[in-house]
Amino acid sequence: MPRRLNSSLDTDSCGRQGSPADDLAVAEVPSGKAAAFLQPPVGHSTPAFVQGRDLKLCLWDLAEGRNAVVDSVGLESVGFCRGSILARGQQRWMLAVPGGGSDENRLDLAPAQINLFSYCQIQILEMPSKTSVCTLKPEADAKPGMPMCLELWQTDSSPRPCLLAGYEDGSVALWDVSERKVCSRIACHTEPVMGLDFDSQKARGVSGSAEKALAVWSLDEQQALQVRGKHELTNPGISDVKIRPDRKILATAGWDHRVRVFHWRTMKPLAVLAFHSAVVHCVAFAADGLLAAGSRDHRISIWSLYPRS
Amino acid sequence: MRPSPRLGPMWRLGPMWMPTAPCAFTSFPLNRMDPVPSSVRLTVREAVHTLSSSEDGGCIFSTLGSLKRYLGGTENPALPGEQEEFARVHFSAVLRCLVSKLNPDWLGLLPNGQLEELWASFFLEGPADQAFLVLMEALEDTPGPSFRLMKMARLLARFLKAGRMAAVMEGQCRQQAELAFPLLQEALLIKVVGLPDRLGNCLQHENLAEFFPQNYFPLLGEEAVRVLQAVVDSLRGGLDCSVSFVSQVVGKACVYGRQKEILGVLVPRLTALTQGSCLWQRVCWRLVECVPDRAMEAVLTGLVETAPGPQVLARLLGNLVLKSKKARFVMTQKLLFLQYRYTTPVLQSLLGYLAMDSQRRPLLVQALKELMETWGSSSAIRHAPLAQQCYVSKAVLICLAHLGDAELQDSRDELLASLMAGVKCRLDSSLPAVRRLGMVVAEVASARIHPEGPPLKFQYEEDELSCEMLALATPQPAADSPSEAGPPVAPVAAEAPDKQTVEGGVPQVRPQGSDSELDSDDEFVPYDMSGDQELKSGKVPMYVRDCVEALTTSEDWERWEAALRALEGLVVRSPAATREVSVELAQVLLHLEEKTSVAGFEGLRQRALVAVTITDPARVAEYLTSQFYAINYSLRQRMDILDVLALAAQELSRPGRFRRTSQCGSPGPTCPPSCTVAPTWRAVVDERIRRKTRRFSKGSSRQGPAGSPNEFNSVAGYFFFPLIQGFDRPLVTFDLLGDDQLVLGRLAHTLGALMYLAVNTTVAVSMGKALLEFVWALRFHGDTYVRRGLLSAVSSVLLSVPAERLLEDLPDELLEARSWLADVAEKDPDEDCRMLAVKALLLLEKLKDKLLPLSPP
Repeated sequence: MPRRLNSSLDTDSCGRQGSPADDLAVAEVPSGKAAAFLQPPVGHSTPAFVQGRDLKLCLWDLAEGRNAVVDSVGLESVGFCRGSILARGQQRWMLAVPGGGSDENRLDLAPAQINLFSYCQIQILEMPSKTSVCTLKPEADAKPGMPMCLELWQTDSSPRPCLLAGYEDGSVALWDVSERKVCSRIACHTEPVMGLDFDSQKARGVSGSAEKALAVWSLDEQQALQVRGKHELTNPGISDVKIRPDRKILATAGWDHRVRVFHWRTMKPLAVLAFHSAVVHCVAFAADGLLAAGSRDHRISIWSLYPRS
Repeated sequence: MRPSPRLGPMWRLGPMWMPTAPCAFTSFPLNRMDPVPSSVRLTVREAVHTLSSSEDGGCIFSTLGSLKRYLGGTENPALPGEQEEFARVHFSAVLRCLVSKLNPDWLGLLPNGQLEELWASFFLEGPADQAFLVLMEALEDTPGPSFRLMKMARLLARFLKAGRMAAVMEGQCRQQAELAFPLLQEALLIKVVGLPDRLGNCLQHENLAEFFPQNYFPLLGEEAVRVLQAVVDSLRGGLDCSVSFVSQVVGKACVYGRQKEILGVLVPRLTALTQGSCLWQRVCWRLVECVPDRAMEAVLTGLVETAPGPQVLARLLGNLVLKSKKARFVMTQKLLFLQYRYTTPVLQSLLGYLAMDSQRRPLLVQALKELMETWGSSSAIRHAPLAQQCYVSKAVLICLAHLGDAELQDSRDELLASLMAGVKCRLDSSLPAVRRLGMVVAEVASARIHPEGPPLKFQYEEDELSCEMLALATPQPAADSPSEAGPPVAPVAAEAPDKQTVEGGVPQVRPQGSDSELDSDDEFVPYDMSGDQELKSGKVPMYVRDCVEALTTSEDWERWEAALRALEGLVVRSPAATREVSVELAQVLLHLEEKTSVAGFEGLRQRALVAVTITDPARVAEYLTSQFYAINYSLRQRMDILDVLALAAQELSRPGRFRRTSQCGSPGPTCPPSCTVAPTWRAVVDERIRRKTRRFSKGSSRQGPAGSPNEFNSVAGYFFFPLIQGFDRPLVTFDLLGDDQLVLGRLAHTLGALMYLAVNTTVAVSMGKALLEFVWALRFHGDTYVRRGLLSAVSSVLLSVPAERLLEDLPDELLEARSWLADVAEKDPDEDCRMLAVKALLLLEKLKDKLLPLSPP
């Protein structure tokens, strides 16, 4: 499946007349049983991380036309949450995935509690060794629900990786991974947070949820999150939010079958891309600014808009 | 019998029209009234004798020179009295003698063409009318092609080039009316205007370009202007002149159909000359007044067409319509009611001319009344071609724009009555163009005639014609409208089509949250997001039965709308489930009313009905056709039934339908209803594969579209026969042969379409037979739309029924249809009907061609 995506990405352009942006290429993904999410490979020789619904996260070697699974990690959570990857040097990655992993408390708990409790946790793994670094557990009194989306990041100045997690109760939490504690936590939404993205330069982030609004929040010097504003949408439900690498615009994947594009600084709506006929699951920007959107209608659309000069 | 050329025409008795006619006898030797021959006569007689007998060049030269003295212009001219006598009595005889001598040997008697030059100078410098007549007579008498003929033709060309034609006409203008010779004038007139024809006949292939009508008549126009200039000059000098001969020339040229050539020169010159000169205007008015009645129409239509506007027309015509009955008839009747080929600017010139003078305005009011009467007459609407109806409507609107409120009030009741009658008849018409015409005129006219009442407002699509007509209704610039009537108010100025752009792509408001860093982000111009509406996805039914239930019982309008929108896709995807409820579903859809304002409701409902019909053709078609003739349906519903049947039949008969449906249906419920986007990417992918693939041989890889049976074959009967059977049984609420002719027209079109789609089916022959009977029963229907439907149905029969079967099974019907078609092609008032009939006739011809090669051994 990632092959298919790649092949549709490098095809030559064929503009569709009449749509607001040039929709460059559309390829249909055959329906398969294992719906999967792609974690984009960073760099050329790195493997692609593919998280499957079959509770496996596989590493694919795609270099030089190969397509083979080189490694896989077993996962615990079958939820909606996608993992997050952070490069930690040459061929080393930090991986955040939902689920408890090998939790030491597990044995003390009844099976029902295991499930409940472990699903609130986030596991941090070191790749490719697959060693568990730590498990991030919410505090005992907090009941945030399951993590719904994860975003690992790291500032250039400090080596300490941070993790932003959106939870089922609509809150976004900032974890300090090395200290295994929550630095800050804000309630952005009333519905589960479905997607978030963070601009580490401006220290601002955006999250989308099942409700009818986007939330923009910022991180101050004291590592505290603050809600900056909410932006009403026409239809409820956002499954994914991505900021373009140049931090000029952001795109959301909507349950209303549409991709919305906003100006990142001002949050001014710029475009509504109505092409798909079912829920849009994910959006992604390529390094050159192309926008890809994947939808339940078995199509991936590639868009070129506001080209980077 | 022509006299022998050797005798010389000089001895012939002068024809009756000769200018010398009253004195003809004096030139004859036996005349006793003038016993003493004058010196001129003696000189001429001697000269003629010398010319006819002498072979000595010098002698001839000096003889001609002595004659030339009588023409004046030499250093030693003859006495004026003698000149006058020569011109009056002897000139044409001399000319004839000169013509008779014309041959190469004679001209060669002196070197360097001296003799020829001298010879020609007699024609070019002598009295122009006689020279012209002699030349024309000689040209026509000379057998061609010959040296003499060509010499004379060239001489005539020189004559024209030297501007002598103006002299010919001027001579007639200068004569006092009582002294003019009507016969001579008549002969001159015929020859002046008929010159191109006559020369064409004489010279055949050798004709010179100067004599071509397209060159000659503009020249004649120029010459006429010069004559008029001379007339104006002599009027200024106190001399009396008549322009009647010029009028006659212009009139006759126009009658010959040369308006464009002669008036194209005359009108612009006169337009310039009459500007600011009363004398010129009077001359011009007189010129038009003097046009004989029989030529008046030709001249007036030419003038109205050529004049660039009402002001110019008024300057050229003056109050002609008040002075000449014929002119009034042409301007107020013939150009308005009997003809309709003129363009809108011509109409504006004509009516503007009537409106420009207070004396002529009553004529305009009268014209409007009569126009309205015609506009409102139901028989005119039924029998006049659409183009004429447009023409009359435009004339009405122009009149309304010109007339003031006070003038309209006087004849308000009359106008209103005609208007209402016309609107009613037009709205009843089955032709959209006629209906629209009625609406446009009704809106404008009612606002003008009955300004205090509530304004009429129709909903009609604006097309080129309606825009043009609305523009006509706004009055011309103030210069046109007479001051005493006051500027008419613009009733429709507010309704002028100004489409305001609702949403520009560029935002006017600067984003509020812009912080101090002003980078290039602001160049991001938002795209049009007007299509971003709320998605009503939560209430979309997933099953056909749910849709039926939602459409019938739901009070939740969002759910109702969602069901309607989803229905077509559901029906296509789940044919089995649809078949279980097909008739019920069709019933629901047929009775569905637009309870809320749903965008595209009609289309959604129609597509859903078509989808149901395709899924279960036999039963649904049976149901729909039975409902078509049931009571308690609106005309709209009945027409919907027809449309749905035709569309479903089209879809069923489409080749390759199977392949598409199977492809589309295989992914099951996941296929999105909007399959329309699929072909584009499919084409792209195919193209890419084709480009990147290298083929080593092109064997049988390219296959034509796979053959598949026509699905319409098995069900065509369900669609067709129930429809065609009941048309002559009127119901209480539905009478196809009476008022509901619109539905009848649609029925005829639908039957034709079904027939056409039933090509290659087994029932086609019996369908064709039934359809031809249907056509035969209705062939003299008064409604244009019905006739169009019948004609297209005949064409469908000819296209769909195999030729052999047509000839074997329906020979009588074909013969009958053929004579009817020929009749329609010739006489039907509607252009489309004539066209359709011609097409059907062509199909019949092709049929014959197809069968003929079989018959000969």
